Amino acid sequence: MAYSEKVIDHYSNPKNVGTLDKGSKSVGTGLVGAPECGDVMRLQIQVDDATGVITDAKFKTFGCGSAIASSSLATEWLKGKTVDQAMAIDNMDLVEELNLPPVKIHCSVLAEDAIKAAINDYRVKNGLEELVFEEKGVH
Amino acid sequence: MLKFPIYLDNNATTPMDPRVLETMIPYFTEHFGNAASRNHPFGWEAEEAVDYAREQVAKLVGADPKEIIFTSGATEGDNLAIKGVYEMYASKGNHIITATTEHKAVLDTCKHIEKLGGEVTYLQVKEDGLIDLAELEAAIRPTTILVAIMYANNEIGVVQPVKEISTIAKKHGVLFFTDAVQAVGKIPVDVLKDGIDLMAFTAHKMYGPKGIGALYVRRKNPRVKVTAQMDGGGHERGMRSGTLNVPGIVGFGKACELARLEMADDAARLSKLRDKLENALLQIEESYVNGNREHRLPHVANISFKHVEGEGLLMGFNKNIALSSGSACTSASLEPSYVLKALGLGDDLAHSSLRFGLGRFTTEEQIDYTIEQISNTVHKLRDMSPLWEMYKEGIDLNSIEWAHH
Repeated sequence: MAYSEKVIDHYSNPKNVGTLDKGSKSVGTGLVGAPECGDVMRLQIQVDDATGVITDAKFKTFGCGSAIASSSLATEWLKGKTVDQAMAIDNMDLVEELNLPPVKIHCSVLAEDAIKAAINDYRVKNGLEELVFEEKGVH
Repeated sequence: MLKFPIYLDNNATTPMDPRVLETMIPYFTEHFGNAASRNHPFGWEAEEAVDYAREQVAKLVGADPKEIIFTSGATEGDNLAIKGVYEMYASKGNHIITATTEHKAVLDTCKHIEKLGGEVTYLQVKEDGLIDLAELEAAIRPTTILVAIMYANNEIGVVQPVKEISTIAKKHGVLFFTDAVQAVGKIPVDVLKDGIDLMAFTAHKMYGPKGIGALYVRRKNPRVKVTAQMDGGGHERGMRSGTLNVPGIVGFGKACELARLEMADDAARLSKLRDKLENALLQIEESYVNGNREHRLPHVANISFKHVEGEGLLMGFNKNIALSSGSACTSASLEPSYVLKALGLGDDLAHSSLRFGLGRFTTEEQIDYTIEQISNTVHKLRDMSPLWEMYKEGIDLNSIEWAHH
């Protein structure tokens, strides 16, 4: 199976690989997937408490090229968005942008799950209630 | 000068040796006859060529030419051997013994036998990929008619103790079939010395053409028969009907002859290259060889790089190096290699594996390049891997509650 150019580009030059201080109150961390399934994503957001804007986002991913590309693209999209705007990111937007084939859609779902998990982590740290998201169940 | 892409997936298929192609060409155009045409020179020529090739094939494995049944390949050979014995020996029993690490052509044929009402025992393998001989013997019942164990494994290259297996089978009056696709032409295989009753092998794994293979069926001590699985003109002593693929057979014959003459040199050269590759890659932290390293094909290595996913790893260099991985992220099930799992490897390590299959045309320069590319990519992906970061921080990955999906 050939990868799309955009996937190859994100794989070769991944954006925002790294680690934020998960102990910080203004950092939300989402860790999703499982080693047994062949993909694990960790996505982190740094939120400006005053404005609610995501000022930085970092990821680390264990997985195939599409999983790496999905998380790399997700961090690009997160930066500059408010937390509320970030919640609206849909996995199908990632699929479209990266031209993911059907067998790789689960990579984009995982990225969306990672975003939501990071937002919830941030909310809980800041005394807000955890949001319940609809299960996509395509993994 | 290195030419790309480099091919290191010789367990999947091998390129055809140009010397094989050369012998085949006249049999497409000039000598196109049907080997079964008894009444004119076109048929005689074709038959003569087939007879000669049959001798070349037989000689490589120490068989009598009459014991070689040409098939379309090893999948057909596996089917014909297992289903053919099951039908032919139905009055003796209905139990077959095989192993969990067999090729799908054997496993799925056995599943089919079970649907027909037959009974199959699937032996587990030990951590090193070899079967336990005591377990094999204990599994034999009065109704057992066949033991089907591969000669060498396609994913990890381990070579089963074939001689010991056949001795046990013989002791209990059970036939022994081996899928020897990966072994024939690569290491010495001798049906008499090894005590093999039936054996499937194929040309395209030994620098011959695709679409042609053979089933060895023993004629003496004991005389073995299989029920044909295709009805027709009664070719191949009635065991496999269908007009013979003369150019394929000629090429198969030549490939066998070349293998017989060059096997020792190829194996010596390739085991050195394989060891060089393996030793260099084992310098990488947390990398492991899968399967028994001693009882193994000389040109095969299967290595896991912990905390890096196989398909992601391949992507780092698969424009330039053709390799295969035990990870199956592309399949809907996300199930990694069942062979690696049978060794007791966790799914995570099975997802992190690469299979190297060197071949007659592999060069040292290619191996040096491969070592460099893989090392670089493993390091790059580990810098990107949350699992590697956790491992380095001393976090026990098993203590984390993963969201299994």
